[in-house]
Amino acid sequence: MQAIVAENISKKYVIDHQKGLKKVLTFRESIIESIGGFIGSSKSESEEREDFWALKDVSFEINKGDRVGIVGHNGAGKSTLLKILSRITEPTSGRISINGRIASLLEVGTGFHPELTGRENIFLNGAILGMKRNEIRDAFDQIVDFAGVEKFLDTPVKRYSSGMYVRLGFAIAAHLSPEILIVDEVLAVGDADFQKKCLGRMRDVSESGRTILFVSHNLTAIQSLCNRAFFFEKGQMLLQGETNQVVAHYLSHIANNILLRQWPLPNTAPGNDEVRLKRAQVIPDYQGSLQHIDIRTPMQVEVEFWNLAENANLNISLHLLAFTGECIFNVGTQSESYSKGLITASLTIPGNFLNDGSYIVSIMIVKDSSTILYQMSDALSFDIEDYREGQSSWHGKWPGYVRPQFNIEMIQHETLV
Amino acid sequence: MLQTEEVTIEAGHSAKNYWSELWKNRNLLWILARRDLSSRYKQSAIGIGWAVIRPALTTLVMVFVFSQVAKLKGDPGVPYPLMVLAGITIWSFFSNALTQVSQSILMNSNLVTKVYFPRLIMPMSSVLVGLVDFCIAMALYCSICVWYGYYPSYQLLFLPLFVILAFLSALGFGLIFAVVNIRFRDIGQLIPFLIQIGFYACPVAYSSRLVEANQGAWWYKFYYFNPLVGIIDGFRWCLQGDTAFFKFSSLYSTLAVTIAMLCVSIYYFRKKENSFVDYI
Repeated sequence: MQAIVAENISKKYVIDHQKGLKKVLTFRESIIESIGGFIGSSKSESEEREDFWALKDVSFEINKGDRVGIVGHNGAGKSTLLKILSRITEPTSGRISINGRIASLLEVGTGFHPELTGRENIFLNGAILGMKRNEIRDAFDQIVDFAGVEKFLDTPVKRYSSGMYVRLGFAIAAHLSPEILIVDEVLAVGDADFQKKCLGRMRDVSESGRTILFVSHNLTAIQSLCNRAFFFEKGQMLLQGETNQVVAHYLSHIANNILLRQWPLPNTAPGNDEVRLKRAQVIPDYQGSLQHIDIRTPMQVEVEFWNLAENANLNISLHLLAFTGECIFNVGTQSESYSKGLITASLTIPGNFLNDGSYIVSIMIVKDSSTILYQMSDALSFDIEDYREGQSSWHGKWPGYVRPQFNIEMIQHETLV
Repeated sequence: MLQTEEVTIEAGHSAKNYWSELWKNRNLLWILARRDLSSRYKQSAIGIGWAVIRPALTTLVMVFVFSQVAKLKGDPGVPYPLMVLAGITIWSFFSNALTQVSQSILMNSNLVTKVYFPRLIMPMSSVLVGLVDFCIAMALYCSICVWYGYYPSYQLLFLPLFVILAFLSALGFGLIFAVVNIRFRDIGQLIPFLIQIGFYACPVAYSSRLVEANQGAWWYKFYYFNPLVGIIDGFRWCLQGDTAFFKFSSLYSTLAVTIAMLCVSIYYFRKKENSFVDYI
């Protein structure tokens, strides 16, 4: 049973290029045009306009109970799609049929009025999200409890802390009971604790067999919540399918391998009066005839920099981050005194340690063990390809950020006769 | 926003069951009106008192200027302040409603960009707010009537008709402004100006009887094109009986213009409502 069927939907925006004196004219033209368009004879098409397709020929089907994650760059058309599905704007062409009660959560606390109290806003926001009066009344205590605002129920929400505001907003939305839930980047706000709560609530919703569409840049959240994913790029759907495959594809698409960066001249190199970077490099130790990094490839990360202060107590920290931004490890040297001149730090990452995926190296140079002299995040990046040999026939994404070959054994103690 | 079971989304195709959806969302109509009402006078010392003070002071000034300075005469047998107050009451209702309706979509842009519901709810709820002010102004009128010992007759029964007409014509003119306002904020500048002109073009501070005395003037035949003339005169007639001047034939143009405007503007509004968000 399909919950949503979209056929060839496109959405066009017209961008006005108005400049200088032309603006006055265009304004008058627009009036004439809008009156003309109203009567039904829009002819004058200004040359200053340009069409922009936020979505182009997008088709998909979503089954009941599917949890679909949507990934893509900013401006890829994800939010436009959600807006069309929530009927906030209409497509320029194409057709969508929706089967089931939809609730869309494009923002936390939509329509909150700052002057009204928490209590009044619960009813207001609930009604805006489409809850009936008695539904709100029934859920009222749970909402207040979930948000943890019982002390401030009669305080205007403009006096709320931003955390309370967001919690109250999400609490109301969380108590909607739609068949299809559309969520846009709600998790981008709030602290880690709140995000966990949101995800938990969404998992509850999905486990009760409801359909979820979820846009997020938090790939971990998408991977843990969704069973299918769409990958959007420039208004088109590049790929749809099983979440891990789509996410992996997305990551490989956005990853730029930067294995070497160098700055030959000390006066233009990044840094300051005390240290300046000369070179940062990932040097893979390709085994055999291999031409790309895979999970078996050992690597050397080297950072070369000028020390411009005499007898500086320096140490370096190298962070390895996953593409999702989580830090996998941080290794640093001991603080030591160095003279003016070139210094090279070198880190070895053994083969068969990191899992396949995209990784980022951040550099931090520290003085006297406490002062950060210079920091370069996203200094280098590289992809590690998957490699499996004679293992099971399972081909899903290998979980985790590391794939160490620790010793693991399984033996039989007893034989049942 | 929770929606009905099956929905088809297509370009230029507003939901077929639009009006039933509007009905289902009537709760939102009240909620939005309540929000506007309860937030309007927050952090103001006089609060809802403003709804009384404004028409009372306006009347006082009008009465002074027109009866003492300009020496205009009211309808015979009706105290001039009562005549003006009646005019101001219905005119304020209309002009406030018109202003509110034309601002309603923009004022709620945070909703328009994030949630779906039949957009007509916003202008309608903003008129509801004006209705509350109108009731308060009516209470003021009644107490002044008692002061003058001047009581209405059977014509009072027709009062709701004229209030509804005022409501519909405010909606009829306002919806178009509301849509255009999304694209061009010039409307925000235009409306107060229009209302100021309207105040003099409509028989608010004077009686249409004075206009009748100018039947030969070139502008006379345009006077009754204004739907508000019939509404204001009719409203006075309800409150002040046959002593008030009311030309029944003016009702025809009122009805014709109001209904025509309403049809055109609702058509226009519905045609544009799905693309509001693209222009806000």
